[in-house]
Amino acid sequence: MNTMTEIPPAKTALAEPQAPPVRSKGALDHVIYVLRDNPVTLLAFAMFAVLMAAAVLGPSLVPYDPLATNASEALQPPSAAHWFGTDNLGRDVFSRAVVATRLDLLISVAAVALSFVIGSALGAAAGYWGGWLDIALSRVLDTIMAFPLFVLAMGIVAALGNTIENIVYATAIINVPFYARLVRAEVNIRREAGFALAAKLAGNTDLRVLALHIFPNALPPMMVQVSLNLGWAILNAAGLSFIGLGVRPPTAEWGIMVAEGANFIVSGEWWLAIFPGLCLMFAVFTFNLLGDGLRDMVDPRRRT
Amino acid sequence: MNRRLRAVLSRLAQALPVILGVVLVSFLLTRALPGDPAAYFAGDAADAASIEETRVKLGLDRSMPEQFGLYVLQLAQGDLGQSLTTGQPVVEELARRLPASLELTLVALLVSCGIAVPLGVLAATRPGSWIDHACRLLVTAGVSLPTFFTGVALIYVFYYLTGWAPSPLGRLDFIYLEPPSVTGFFLIDAALAGDAETWFAALRQLILPAATLALFTLAPIARMTRAAMLSALSSDYIRTARAAGLTSRKILFGYAFRNALLPVVTTLGMVFSFTLGANVLVEKVFAWPGIGSYAVEALVASDYAAVQGFVLCMALLFVALNLVIDLAYSMIDPRIGFDSK
Amino acid sequence: MGLDTSRRGFLKGGSVALGAAALPFLKFMPAQAAGDDVVVVVMGQTINSLDLHRTGTNRPSYQVAVNCYDRLVSFGTKTMPDGSLSYDYSTIVPELAQSWTVSEDGKVITFKLKPEAVFQDGSKVTAEDVKWSFDRAVSVGGFPTTQMAAGGLLRPDQFAAVDEETFTVTLDKPSKLALPDLAVPVPFVLNSKIAKQHVTDADPWAMEYVHKNTIGSGAYKVVRWDPGQQLVYERNDKWTGGPLPGAKRVVLREVPSQATRRALIERGDVQMSWNIPNKDASELDGKVEVYSTPIENAIYVVSLNYNFEPFQDPDVRKAVAYAIPYEEIFKTAAYGRGVPMWGGSGIETIDWPQPSPYVFDLDKAREHLEKSAFAGGFDVPFSIDLGQSDWMEPTALLIQEQLAKLGITSTIDKIPGANWRTASLVEKRLPLALETFGGWLNYPCYYFFWAYQEGHLFNSSNYANPEIEQLVGETLDLPVEHPDYAPKVKRMFEIAFEDLPRIPLFQPALSVAMNGATGYEYWFHRELDARKLAKG
Repeated sequence: MNTMTEIPPAKTALAEPQAPPVRSKGALDHVIYVLRDNPVTLLAFAMFAVLMAAAVLGPSLVPYDPLATNASEALQPPSAAHWFGTDNLGRDVFSRAVVATRLDLLISVAAVALSFVIGSALGAAAGYWGGWLDIALSRVLDTIMAFPLFVLAMGIVAALGNTIENIVYATAIINVPFYARLVRAEVNIRREAGFALAAKLAGNTDLRVLALHIFPNALPPMMVQVSLNLGWAILNAAGLSFIGLGVRPPTAEWGIMVAEGANFIVSGEWWLAIFPGLCLMFAVFTFNLLGDGLRDMVDPRRRT
Repeated sequence: MNRRLRAVLSRLAQALPVILGVVLVSFLLTRALPGDPAAYFAGDAADAASIEETRVKLGLDRSMPEQFGLYVLQLAQGDLGQSLTTGQPVVEELARRLPASLELTLVALLVSCGIAVPLGVLAATRPGSWIDHACRLLVTAGVSLPTFFTGVALIYVFYYLTGWAPSPLGRLDFIYLEPPSVTGFFLIDAALAGDAETWFAALRQLILPAATLALFTLAPIARMTRAAMLSALSSDYIRTARAAGLTSRKILFGYAFRNALLPVVTTLGMVFSFTLGANVLVEKVFAWPGIGSYAVEALVASDYAAVQGFVLCMALLFVALNLVIDLAYSMIDPRIGFDSK
Repeated sequence: MGLDTSRRGFLKGGSVALGAAALPFLKFMPAQAAGDDVVVVVMGQTINSLDLHRTGTNRPSYQVAVNCYDRLVSFGTKTMPDGSLSYDYSTIVPELAQSWTVSEDGKVITFKLKPEAVFQDGSKVTAEDVKWSFDRAVSVGGFPTTQMAAGGLLRPDQFAAVDEETFTVTLDKPSKLALPDLAVPVPFVLNSKIAKQHVTDADPWAMEYVHKNTIGSGAYKVVRWDPGQQLVYERNDKWTGGPLPGAKRVVLREVPSQATRRALIERGDVQMSWNIPNKDASELDGKVEVYSTPIENAIYVVSLNYNFEPFQDPDVRKAVAYAIPYEEIFKTAAYGRGVPMWGGSGIETIDWPQPSPYVFDLDKAREHLEKSAFAGGFDVPFSIDLGQSDWMEPTALLIQEQLAKLGITSTIDKIPGANWRTASLVEKRLPLALETFGGWLNYPCYYFFWAYQEGHLFNSSNYANPEIEQLVGETLDLPVEHPDYAPKVKRMFEIAFEDLPRIPLFQPALSVAMNGATGYEYWFHRELDARKLAKG
């Protein structure tokens, strides 16, 4: 006698989900949707484009040499010849502000990129392998975060000397904890997830699993943090300049132009500080708005 | 009760290695500063020989580990050394200047919350509208300018041009005596002493610097309020409340707001600690005798003891602050335990 | 049972006190302090001690010694062309001493103290107090002792209290600098009776006490000192050193931001702003009262270090001297405040400072550079003091630009605070720097002693010239009227302009703005002498 019962075909199972009839909407369509829905984000992208143009093309298009002094034309208010006026040495403020775009973007991008890479590596390692590595890293991060961040940056630059490289390093160091913490948390959550275990079973080494499977999932929240940090890095450099620990003269950098120009406001020469200040504001503003937009794009659930 | 107590103590124990780390880092950092305190101490017309003498007297010729040991020993006795630039014991100076910074930061946060929270709630109740976008633009603008720039601009407009604000000479106009010191906060001390004149004078001096700081802290608070309110408003229990027919005002302030408080409190804590470090710049512009301006002067003068003392003090403050936040968090919301990952 | 850490307990509980420990402070100022006789002064520097003799006391603190303590003698007063007052280095007037005599050989000076001179606590000023104070000045080391030595005052055995009102100073050799050196802030007279009550084995000169308390016989006493914030002087009505000041109280407030100080003085919320930047001086002139006094015996210079190979070649040094855009620097760094020190037409007088023969001439500069071994140019770091950036930065930028046209590339290195003196004056390791020195005693030989003699503190160039050594030694000992003095000094000037370890730029001015007060007097120590201040 046959005890095996015939198992009826899978019609009793849940109906199969309908396969989408057309090709799935790509990432580009999603981007366009977000942009249309949120005009502020569109504005942010436009502003970003302007910044990039200024950084890349600026130095070759400016009317005057940003370093050329001209004492007889010092402290002229904005005019047709000098759109943003001249500073106390007769240098053209407009040219300096535009040329500064490149340097400021460079500083912030370099600093944030550095902290991104280091923070991610450390955080991923700590989140994945745990154990004493995790404990040690957490304590180190706590120590860094226990310092008022700006003061730590001041201390590092004061100790190492105020060159552009050191400013980048200092900014990078104080930003590492943010990324490390974030990545650690995200990696930790997904460490035991199905896809990760499957990848391991498939024969990938730990490192490959970590780098190619788990880490990309941690990217979305990081993107937002990156753009916010870009703005903050520029403000940091400006603050250092105000203290006297910023870039060296005669380099054109927004922070140092605002810091020196601030002393001229009271005597009525407002253009020395206002224009670079507006540029600074423009850039930081762009990065902040961009951060919001990016968040909407990559992870709509986390819209704020 | 006992579980809580144990949790608190274990949290404190976790903070110990951080404190040790801070002590070590601040020591190393100050030793790495350029500048020779021995030369500074030896005075104006000193030559190489007398500088060397001073170096020995200050103990700076010993090896690093020895110096560190000495430093830790002094620390254990509560001696933070003496500041070169002011010639005062660092502990006294910190004790005098810390309340100044704390008062400024707290008042700024109060003002900031007073504006940012309603703004965030408003934006949350009308998501996607032009009000929402306007709020976002406004607060982002505030955070996009360096604080020293805003400070100088405010002085220029409100003091120099219009004369509305009092002269930016520090915490109190010189004609007023400081109120008898209980907490070091002029507003509290003047109130305790019943001195209305001094109270108003202290408040007037606080307006501009607090406004400068507040502009900078609007953004994170407003954004967090908006986000928290949004997530609270879209939760199940609010839907139930609506279905039950409660008025929208009762829903908003009776239920949603209270639940949204939690993440806002956490953000406040972060903002407070960030601002305490960042008001370095504001204090310089407004001649505010706080801990920030103290640190900057000390740093530029390579004043070892002062910088170390400042860094240590701030770090301890942060650790304490984080502890308080964790405690407050778990007190407000009994669901939250200490060891949540 | 145990701590009530429950939620209910916490939420019901009171607020937590966040303040730190209370600090003792002086409550001396009565509430009605805002009167017609209070003068408020703002400055950007900070006072770090009330005791000039203490180690580590900075220059702004010297004003306490000036205002709260007396010396045996002082300098007279003269009126400047713009109506302001200045000290007169050519006249010595009595302060604590009512008269003095110099012995035949010029080595012993005998002072007769004023019988009515009293300290602020009412006790009489005796020669014993003077001796204790002078012993202190020469024993504490550092700057005070070095300054005393400039006048030949080296050891306690040179000072004697003959009787209650007679004090003698015995010099090793007669010196024209001795009497002026007694009028500088350093040899101030303390109330030794009070000081001795605070002497310990570890602190034989009562430094701890005098650091925070003024125990002098001067025109003011310090009634309140909040370090880093303010200092309050109150008039001492028992003062015998001169006519009583008009101001009953002078409040000194420290305001670090230059822009804020300017706003304050323009609006008249303070009556005086000390040491304002040249730009503010030139712009405020007319709106408020601005006094700019050229600082005697002081020059802003470019320092060329002889240890740096290219600068060992005299043609390179001359090339640099011709490449400096003097006019532009005077316009953008000095805003016309001060005296130009270039383009001189020859050494006629022994006035110092006086203009060098160099002018801005790039062609001549190139000529000299080509003659040298460094015709292709070279790299050099250009160091400036962060604390003096208001004039150093524009000057350095302008010079850097012109030097680049010769092929000399320089990078500007801003050296902060404590490190500047060490790097520039003690270690003397800066190849190219901007420097400044102002001699307190207004004699050219004094300037050359400090700035041109080998190994001396302000000789940042490592300059060594045997002829200069000899000339300085000789001229220091000669009185000015001596027939040999002038020719020797002129020869020193010649050598200085030929060897160029220091290239003069301009003579700086000290600028002070007043709005609602009178009685500003310029002194060589460049600090506030409040003894003639009055409101209105």
